[in-house]
Amino acid sequence: MSKKSEVAHPLDGAEPVAGNGLLHRRLFLRGGALFTGATALTGIAGVGAAQAADYPAWRKEPGRPFVAYGTPSKFESDTQRIVTVRAPGYPTAGAGSSRTPLQLLEGIITPSGLHFERSHNGVPDIDPAQHKLLVHGLVKQPLVFTLEALDRYPRKSAIHFVECSGNSGGGWGLNPPVGPVGTMHGLVSCSEWSGVPLAYLLDEAGIDPKAKWILAEGADAAGMSRSVPLSKCLDDAMVALFQNGERVRPEQGYPMRLLLPGWEGNMNVKWLTRIKVTEGPTHTKDETSKYTELMPDGKALQFTFPMGVKSTITRPSEGVNMQGPGYYEIAGFAWSGNGKIARVDVSADGGQSWAPAALQDPVFPKALTRFRIPWEWKGGPGIVLQSRAVDETGAVQPTRDKLIEERGIKNAYHYNGITSWEVRESGLVKNVWA
Amino acid sequence: MFGRKRVAAAAAVALACVAGTALAVDPPKLGQRAPADLLALMDKSIPPDGTGLPPGQGTPVQGQAVFLEKCAVCHGPRGEGLTNDRLVGGEGTLTQEITAKTVGSFWPYATTLFDYIRRAMPYDAPTSLKDDEVYATAAYILALNGIIKETDTLNAETLMKVKMPNADGFINQWVEPAPKAAAR
Repeated sequence: MSKKSEVAHPLDGAEPVAGNGLLHRRLFLRGGALFTGATALTGIAGVGAAQAADYPAWRKEPGRPFVAYGTPSKFESDTQRIVTVRAPGYPTAGAGSSRTPLQLLEGIITPSGLHFERSHNGVPDIDPAQHKLLVHGLVKQPLVFTLEALDRYPRKSAIHFVECSGNSGGGWGLNPPVGPVGTMHGLVSCSEWSGVPLAYLLDEAGIDPKAKWILAEGADAAGMSRSVPLSKCLDDAMVALFQNGERVRPEQGYPMRLLLPGWEGNMNVKWLTRIKVTEGPTHTKDETSKYTELMPDGKALQFTFPMGVKSTITRPSEGVNMQGPGYYEIAGFAWSGNGKIARVDVSADGGQSWAPAALQDPVFPKALTRFRIPWEWKGGPGIVLQSRAVDETGAVQPTRDKLIEERGIKNAYHYNGITSWEVRESGLVKNVWA
Repeated sequence: MFGRKRVAAAAAVALACVAGTALAVDPPKLGQRAPADLLALMDKSIPPDGTGLPPGQGTPVQGQAVFLEKCAVCHGPRGEGLTNDRLVGGEGTLTQEITAKTVGSFWPYATTLFDYIRRAMPYDAPTSLKDDEVYATAAYILALNGIIKETDTLNAETLMKVKMPNADGFINQWVEPAPKAAAR
């Protein structure tokens, strides 16, 4: 407890439910309206008497008029994607990624302008009036769809994450990556996607009984292409036209992308221009030389499509440091390519004891899920925060040690080990292997 | 194997299940018949059985000229890797501490090499290479890896005879799910 406290805190006297001060997940909710004194406990500055004596300037003059497309507050200019800076003249600047600053976000939706980017030869500037989607191969009748035509089909909407299968790849390294959450885990984002079920278009073309796969190809300069089992295409696949209510952003595949809920981001082909129905997989460059997982015996796992169950605490986390002892909410993201998140447990003692976190509604299948748990931080050494997600199929997020024991350190993709944040006595938070 | 009826049934179930509710009416059919010239332009992917490999041919010597002019700036003159991927060597390293996943040590199919060069390379001018140049560039990379001889010629027939050293190095993880139960 802070010595500055003069009012009773609603959590005072609450018994920890796990080591190093983790409290029952419902306590903040029970606190409710009584929780108003909380900021006083941590001594946050800025409510001095001098400022309170007069209205601030914005209270005493008209605000600005209306704008056609809003932008975040100028005070939020640090909320940016994490972009790798390339040397001037770097020959392949459009091959790479930028990452979502997960540590700065709340809820489960990623603002469209902060959705991570991964492209293999830049972002094309596609004229939607000239864009075509070809559906051919093992079909009765090869068809071409314009955007104008697709706009007349019945649509569906769903909230799903997209995660690059290389996300969190730093976990395979000898040393923990340095930097905020997004640096290591920011190749995952979550949006409301709206568009046309792919099954409509395949059915219209007429699927040949021999067909078991498709090849999906983008209209970008890389002609990025991936093979997808037909059963997924007839299940929940979508040709997404909208992202968070507006047309899909250029970086996300404007004017249309393939959406394969829960599966490797790379397969969610952006700038979708061709679907070839095939008997078997095409074994493209991006499903052989890349996006396959090299095992210790030298064999590589191929077609590992769903993203495994995973979570990370985002608050506190590296760069989101402690502001003095007292009560905090630990919060983070959990997700699974297999379905809904069923539970998330949190530890403050490096995995020796665990307490269940509250899952924030709404909880959707194959979507980011927000979890929260109250915590009293008393300072002191030996505090390591961890989160462990379990999905509705019963799959449990593994420890880093267990993952590496099973898969070695050269998988490169599909890392879903438990993330550990050391909270030092000073309040500094660091990414550690624990 | 899927029977005709089973595929049709699966498609019907999928359609009925989309968005969680059965449609009262079928979606419109607004796809237009794909013209032959568009199909010829866009249908360029090459699966491992070689379907679609075009006429044309090239040799490692011809490929070296293309490679030095258009590829070496990123991959090094002998495919040793610069700002971008190493393409040559690395055999036997897949189980070593320092691993080199190259065309020679890792890629399972020569068709993928042809497909990728034609589709995406060179980075600053994709789709600009003629089919002869694609065969030649692939031949140069395969010869640098010792997979074909420097005197060999690569074409649709000879490319299909290329056996990549790591062809058996991949384990398919995809298991086809059981068909879903009929719609409620």
